[in-house]
Amino acid sequence: MNALIFLIIFPLFIAALALVLPAGNALRKTVGVIAGVVLSAVPIYLLIAYLDTGPVYFRVGSHLVNMVMLAVEVVIAAFIVYISLRSKRYLPIVLVAVQSLIMVTFELTAGGTMEIEHSLFVDKFSIIMALIIGIIGSAICLYGIGYIPEYHQHHKEIKERRRYFSFLIYLFLSAMFGIVFSNNLMWLYFFWEITTICSALLIGYRNDKQSIESSFRALNMNLLGGLVFAIGLVYLYNSSHIMELDKLIKLDRNLVLLPAVCMAFAGLVKSAQFPFSSWLTGAMVAPTPVSALLHSSTMVKAGVYIILRVAPALENTVAAKMLMFIGGVSFLITALMAISQSNAKKVLAYSTISNLGLIVACAGINTAAAVWSALLLIVFHAVAKSLLFLCVGIVEYKLDSRDIEDMDYLIMRLPKLTAVMMIGMAGMFLAPFGMIISKFVTLKAFVDTNPGMAIVLAYGSAATVFFWVKWMGKIMSIRHGEIEVVAHRVSRWEWFTLDVLAVSTVFVCLAFPLISSGVIDPYLTERFGNVPVPDFFNVMVTFFIMVGLLVLLPLGLFYFGFANKNYRRVATYLGGANIDNVTFEGAMASVQTIEMKNYYLQKYFGEDRLFNVGVIISLALLCVMFGVAFI
Amino acid sequence: MNSIYEAYQVLSMAERALVFLVLAPIAGGLLAGIDRKLSARLQGRYGPPVRQPFFDVLKLFQKERIVVNKFQNFNIILFFLFTACSGALFFAGADILLTVFGLALAGTFFILAGFSVGSPYSHLGAEREVIQMVSYEPMVILMAVGMYQATGSFKVADLVQYEAPLILYLPGIFLGFLYILTIKFRKSPFDLSMSHHAHQEIVRGITTEFSGPALALIEITHWYENVLLLGMVYLFFGFNPWIALVVSLATYLFEIFIDMNYARFKWQLTLASTWLFTAVAGISNIVVLSVMK
Amino acid sequence: MAWFKRSPWILHYNATSCNGCDTEVIVSLTPLYDLERFGIINTGNPKHADILAVTGSVNEKSVQALKNLYDQMPNPKVIMAVGLCAISGCVFQDCYNVMGGVDKVLPVDVYVPGCAARPEAIIDGVIMACEILEKKYAEWKKGRG
Repeated sequence: MNALIFLIIFPLFIAALALVLPAGNALRKTVGVIAGVVLSAVPIYLLIAYLDTGPVYFRVGSHLVNMVMLAVEVVIAAFIVYISLRSKRYLPIVLVAVQSLIMVTFELTAGGTMEIEHSLFVDKFSIIMALIIGIIGSAICLYGIGYIPEYHQHHKEIKERRRYFSFLIYLFLSAMFGIVFSNNLMWLYFFWEITTICSALLIGYRNDKQSIESSFRALNMNLLGGLVFAIGLVYLYNSSHIMELDKLIKLDRNLVLLPAVCMAFAGLVKSAQFPFSSWLTGAMVAPTPVSALLHSSTMVKAGVYIILRVAPALENTVAAKMLMFIGGVSFLITALMAISQSNAKKVLAYSTISNLGLIVACAGINTAAAVWSALLLIVFHAVAKSLLFLCVGIVEYKLDSRDIEDMDYLIMRLPKLTAVMMIGMAGMFLAPFGMIISKFVTLKAFVDTNPGMAIVLAYGSAATVFFWVKWMGKIMSIRHGEIEVVAHRVSRWEWFTLDVLAVSTVFVCLAFPLISSGVIDPYLTERFGNVPVPDFFNVMVTFFIMVGLLVLLPLGLFYFGFANKNYRRVATYLGGANIDNVTFEGAMASVQTIEMKNYYLQKYFGEDRLFNVGVIISLALLCVMFGVAFI
Repeated sequence: MNSIYEAYQVLSMAERALVFLVLAPIAGGLLAGIDRKLSARLQGRYGPPVRQPFFDVLKLFQKERIVVNKFQNFNIILFFLFTACSGALFFAGADILLTVFGLALAGTFFILAGFSVGSPYSHLGAEREVIQMVSYEPMVILMAVGMYQATGSFKVADLVQYEAPLILYLPGIFLGFLYILTIKFRKSPFDLSMSHHAHQEIVRGITTEFSGPALALIEITHWYENVLLLGMVYLFFGFNPWIALVVSLATYLFEIFIDMNYARFKWQLTLASTWLFTAVAGISNIVVLSVMK
Repeated sequence: MAWFKRSPWILHYNATSCNGCDTEVIVSLTPLYDLERFGIINTGNPKHADILAVTGSVNEKSVQALKNLYDQMPNPKVIMAVGLCAISGCVFQDCYNVMGGVDKVLPVDVYVPGCAARPEAIIDGVIMACEILEKKYAEWKKGRG
């Protein structure tokens, strides 16, 4: 139990330190490194300590804690009112006022008599989440040490608030640990609200018009989610006098359906599913570490976490079906929209929503196989996507653009970075690495329960392949001849993080049978009593192909790069009119340069065309979901 | 009549894979030769000998290796390896999804090869190849899904020995598959990214910068792929090996016939028509099957 | 083994032809002459070609393209000058911008006469070019090995 409390308190402590220590102090970096080591080590310790045990629940003397939390909540509410008033935005004030009113009244009337048996707990799923938050989250913090100074060099107009930035990030990590370890729903809700406010503040870091806009959009949507969450909690307590996660899912379905739906709704908002996807795409105005943190390891993962947690309470209901369809719609439509984007961060954002959609759909199906693949998806997505975000962040400064169309010959200009980026992309879509293993199982799970979803998956994966392949092709095109290597120094901090994440991407791909049998299977046994057995032969084949590729790629690159001399180099074919590889003689003896652009099919998959479709469908589905919960 | 199955069952998985790896290029090359001969005859020409594809490939292996950049042929080798592997897995009787994903991986490497050379014609070819891939991929996955729904197994070994004729359960899927087969065989009207015919508006599309041995490898890979695809057609009629063989062959001839009769589509029409056809034929079939179960 | 004469692939380049010879080259692909029965394919891509068939005389403008195309063909390769203009420049040889026949700039291996060259002559030329291809291959291999 101490380890859990430590994980929640320790980042708070670091956050306080970050606020106190002056910027540019060498001590800050030391503290950052120590925090990184500790935050990675403790979840690993948890994993080892609880490897053979089932879920463990802990009793914490909670009344005082509750009061402190209530006080903090009120302070946060006041703070939200303050910043909203300052920017003359009134919707957040209304939302936060209603929410605080509900919670304060509830706490004051029912809080005293509330019996909480276990406030904290830990099981395999929490440990997986803790590992992701701890390792990836703190790696991103280290990246930030190298990144933020450069960020301010590039954006002189932005006021430097480095201490405030680190403070928020560590506070965020603390709240994330709180979410995954809380069994007391009041606590869960408290941490949930902290992530909301932190993320909104982080998105608004630049403090210009656009980022304030995005920041308030994120705030509004997540406050709405929080409000619904609060209503769900109050309803739950009034109807069944229960305030604990483990008891919630064991209760009679009629009693818990509405609260569970409310929590799932909050989860949908947090994981940026349709119709709430716009806050996540808006979040990319923030500095790269923030978007990496929000998209990969924390914020959105909290959303799918809560959905997967309450999914058992929805089992076999229409609400679960709706959840599945919302996930499916988000998966398909964002994958299609990603085709039409040339902004690298936006492609990543849509791909995130798309993958989370798949996880939500799996949660809606809630069979052992579906949850198995959902958990694997969470793991693979967290490592590969954070890696990609951080890479794009660096590319953005080296090329002064985040447009994919400007990434021609990237492999020649930033060779090592591109190699790392390609590892991330391979992890995201390339069979047999990473995601595809889970898609494999997901497909089987879909066919067994709802073939309609198999169709969604079929179209969605085709779209996924499209936007990844054309991007990957763009950065790996090579042109012979002189090209300026963008030799600006990438700081050690950034390299360290990228290396760690690249290695972990490869590691989780290779070790997925181990992850599955060591962590995920025991969790599924606890929950479903059975474990989906992926065909042993298939696993072996996939594994051999992966190992084969990992051996083949360096060997092949070495052979073609150094050993093979048996070739003659010629220019590319340009109708015979070559001047050199990239220029040719045009009409009137003009010198023309070739330019290669990708297809974006705006006309078919443009945002303006598909976004509204997604919103309308998902709104309808949401209405049905709440409708059945009320009835 | 069942001697084919008996022979199939006698062999172990590894042996079946080996048989495929050895025989498929021969069969694929002959099919390509028949294709060229028949196409010529349909055009009123005499046509090259049936062995012509082998001559071409052997010649290409003797040519000088010219490259635009040092690494360009690596992707082609991976393309070849993964296509051959997926085919071997299929004929060994492994999971059909594994085959489908393997084939997609191989296709990805081919596309990346087209992108990596940095030539405008290859680039455009690769871009079109991606669109083709996006067009046919849903149907290929739905085919596997439909077969699973009908038989309860993804294993090719089970599918091929399923007693009832799969075609009766999966008529829509079969039609949809036939439609995308034209793309996979690189036949008109869907030979957008590269064509086996003389001239194309983007020179030789994705293969523009690949010559000599690399081009030969692409050709052999294509043979492997064709045999694998005909193997998938075979599955629909697996209840009777002779009918299945005849239908597979007839499908190939049918594709040649289509090839001769159509001009090339634009990619817009390719994408839209394929997705629509997949939606109508494939999805209705799957929905009906799930209602029946 | 002699695979080159079984599958000679042609790249056709119009240096500055009047289109007479070009038409004849295309005509040889038609059912009446059917070049493909010898395995001959008109590729349209130098990187796939074995034989470069040039029609028309070479002038100041086309010479660079011709050289580029020749350079982009993989060895062994053969140049075939199709028609009188390609052989000598014919009536255009004294023009201010014309350099003359193809052999002024590149080593021609086969000369196919005619104005315009007949399809039969072109096919005959290709068959001759095949023999030279084989010879060149043997030399090239020796030189390389």
